[in-house]
Amino acid sequence: MSSAIGIDIVGMTKRFGPLVALDHVTLKVAPGRVHALLGENGAGKSTLVKCVIGYYQADQGDLFLAGQRRKMLSPRDAHAVGIGMVYQHFTLVPNMTVAENLVMARASVPFKINWRREREKIDSFLQKTPFGVRLDDPVTDLAAGEKQKVEILKQLYLERRFLILDEPTSVLTPGEADEVLGILKDMATNGDITVLMITHKLREVSAFAERVAVLRSGRLVGEGDVSDLDVHDMASMMIGSRTLPTPVDREARAFPPTTSRQGLQIRGLSADDDAGAKALREVDLTVQAGEIVGIAGVSGNGQRELVETLAGQRNASGGKILVHGETYQATRREMAAKGVFCLPEEPLRNACVPAMSVAENLSLRAFDRRPLAWRQWWLRKGAIRQMARQQIARYNIKPPIPEMPIASLSGGNVQRAVLARELAPEVTLLVVANPCFGLDIVAVAEVRRALLEARNRGVSVLLVSEDLDEILELSDRVVVMFNGKLVYETPIEDADLAVIGRRMAGH
Amino acid sequence: MPFRAGLEAVLIPLAALIFSMVLFGAVISLVGVDPLAVYALIYKGAFGTWFSWQNTLRQTAPLLLTALCVALPAQLGLVVIGGEGALVLGGLAAVAIALAVEGAPPVFVQFSMMLVGMTVGGLWIALAGVLRHYRGVNETISSLLLFYIAVAIMNHLVEGIMRDPASLNKPSTRHIGDANMIGAIPGMDVHWGLVFGVVACIVVYILIFHTTIGFSFRVVGGNLRAAKMAGLPVGRLIVISCFIAGGAAGLAGVFEIAAVHGQANASLIAKYGFTGILVAFIARHNPLAIIPVALLLGGIEASGGLLQRRLDLPDATKLVLQGIAFVVILASEALFGRIRFFQARPA
Repeated sequence: MSSAIGIDIVGMTKRFGPLVALDHVTLKVAPGRVHALLGENGAGKSTLVKCVIGYYQADQGDLFLAGQRRKMLSPRDAHAVGIGMVYQHFTLVPNMTVAENLVMARASVPFKINWRREREKIDSFLQKTPFGVRLDDPVTDLAAGEKQKVEILKQLYLERRFLILDEPTSVLTPGEADEVLGILKDMATNGDITVLMITHKLREVSAFAERVAVLRSGRLVGEGDVSDLDVHDMASMMIGSRTLPTPVDREARAFPPTTSRQGLQIRGLSADDDAGAKALREVDLTVQAGEIVGIAGVSGNGQRELVETLAGQRNASGGKILVHGETYQATRREMAAKGVFCLPEEPLRNACVPAMSVAENLSLRAFDRRPLAWRQWWLRKGAIRQMARQQIARYNIKPPIPEMPIASLSGGNVQRAVLARELAPEVTLLVVANPCFGLDIVAVAEVRRALLEARNRGVSVLLVSEDLDEILELSDRVVVMFNGKLVYETPIEDADLAVIGRRMAGH
Repeated sequence: MPFRAGLEAVLIPLAALIFSMVLFGAVISLVGVDPLAVYALIYKGAFGTWFSWQNTLRQTAPLLLTALCVALPAQLGLVVIGGEGALVLGGLAAVAIALAVEGAPPVFVQFSMMLVGMTVGGLWIALAGVLRHYRGVNETISSLLLFYIAVAIMNHLVEGIMRDPASLNKPSTRHIGDANMIGAIPGMDVHWGLVFGVVACIVVYILIFHTTIGFSFRVVGGNLRAAKMAGLPVGRLIVISCFIAGGAAGLAGVFEIAAVHGQANASLIAKYGFTGILVAFIARHNPLAIIPVALLLGGIEASGGLLQRRLDLPDATKLVLQGIAFVVILASEALFGRIRFFQARPA
């Protein structure tokens, strides 16, 4: 493998209409290092790397590669010099196997593919990397963590020597994340590759990056060696003069006398995955009022199916769900009467109608009830708009235009809009899945605060998360899910990270 | 809707229409006819005189209703193309009920025809909805196949038990009686179906954009997962929308019987249901946009005869124009969101 390359970004500026997304950013990315690019949502991180990869053309500024000025007119130019990017969203073809995806990604695929020779090449390539993937599995069958590994593998297979990673670990378990980043760091230290990664996770920056650069509102506001900075320094550079919401305390449980203590009871619940295989095997679980139960597990062990079944997106194949002691079948009437709400992962895909407006999406739960509807059938557009304005102001959703299609909002703002809708005053049971996926540090603090406040109000919260730190921070009880079953349960006071980690791996 | 998005929704289909006119002109030139003369004649035959206007409006009436049969299910992401089947059976059912209650007051007969025709048409398309939701059958294919079944049912009945023995060369049912015919709008030679069609477009528009059930339709069409998460009864909504859609096409059939033919026979299959698909797609499934588009397409339909007589072009000429327009319009869908001018600037 050829050696790593470095780049120099000089005075790069990019405007979108009146918005200055990048404002004269100058950054030196030295070869053979792991560089972290920090910043909040909308700080310009993605714009910067898209200018480097040639996806956008900068309005001003230059890119130097080994001292030579280069123009990246398209990603093809960047690929030609060995710069590759792993995007936040997967770019694999779901129906093709891992091996097919790797071969197909090459710049020139022959008309007739000699599969035996390709397999030999891939096998020998894989032996040089520490990634263990099954080449013949179709990508659809892979968990998010495995897909991310294949994405990185693909870049390495294509001999990219400068890897840009856009939030590479947001879908990985801590173990997987450490493994992947560790491998990348070793390869960088060997001088094989240079890594520039966009991330929100300060822990990973401290552990794996050598240099860090911080963007805020399109400007480079700080950079330095990671060894000279602590987590606090980096956080304050990211958020500037604003302050984080203060964390709420975990109050002693207060049970409102009106609600039953048994918020959610799941009895012998089974469900199949999309392919019809058993994904959920007779799960029993109770979430009391005023309690957060965290479900830990490596992605792909049935958590998604559990959340979807509770949310009404998937039919159970057996067992039953009780809410406040009564059978629950996820009809609209039951959801409204019992106060069941849901914060699913990937909110734009799972909980929003992308082409409809922010106001319409905010009214998805209550559009057929007073005050948003007259006599349950006539939409009161004025009331909807007014409600939307209030929620937009209260949850600081940007841009504050109720008529904008929600798909045009950034990920963090979509998440806030869904949060605004699902944290309605009447909520008594909240099903939450990876609520902080891809959110910046301020938004994460806001979401976690909101969940704890809900718990303190007496809401039953079922929290499914691939982020173990999040589970340990928020939960009253931790349950580990493996292979469709709940295999371990512990109160938070006795939670032992080592034991949970072993159970997550099925031991 | 932001101004630029509205402009996009109008200008792209319009540009596509103009482009298809140019393509059509090229085809016409190939057969050695001056395209400009053809356009002039189409205009004359469609909108040139009061006579041609009335001709156009008569064609427009059923198109309004059959286009709704496509546009309403489209809100839920369904592509229903079998409106012609609902039209045929709706018309046939109208004849059946009219003959069954023969002798009753005309108003009662007319009301019964509409009610029964709409119900039968509605049930026919609802069947495609049921197959889609409960058996996973693609509604596009099933509604198309249901059209062929509808034609078979009509032929069976018209050549069998419902046949008027007096109809020799062209098997037909008995006439519903002149007293029971729905007349013309005062002051013009156009039947009331036009008014019903326009009203139906407005009503469906209000249904889609101002009622909670229309909101539910749009949620189901916009994101099925979000609809399920909101607890919406997806299957029921699909069947309801298909029922209303089929009811509209069935009503078109009722007017074909009660205002035009007076009896059911092969003339009932005039392919309005299929032209309606084109209308709905050009209108981008917006019920209000259907009104001008149906007028335009009705005009092209109405001018077909004139093209035949004056320029000796085959009757299929208008089908060529419609076909070209349909393909170009479908292709132009890909332009949405791609033209920088129409995009709202990022705030």
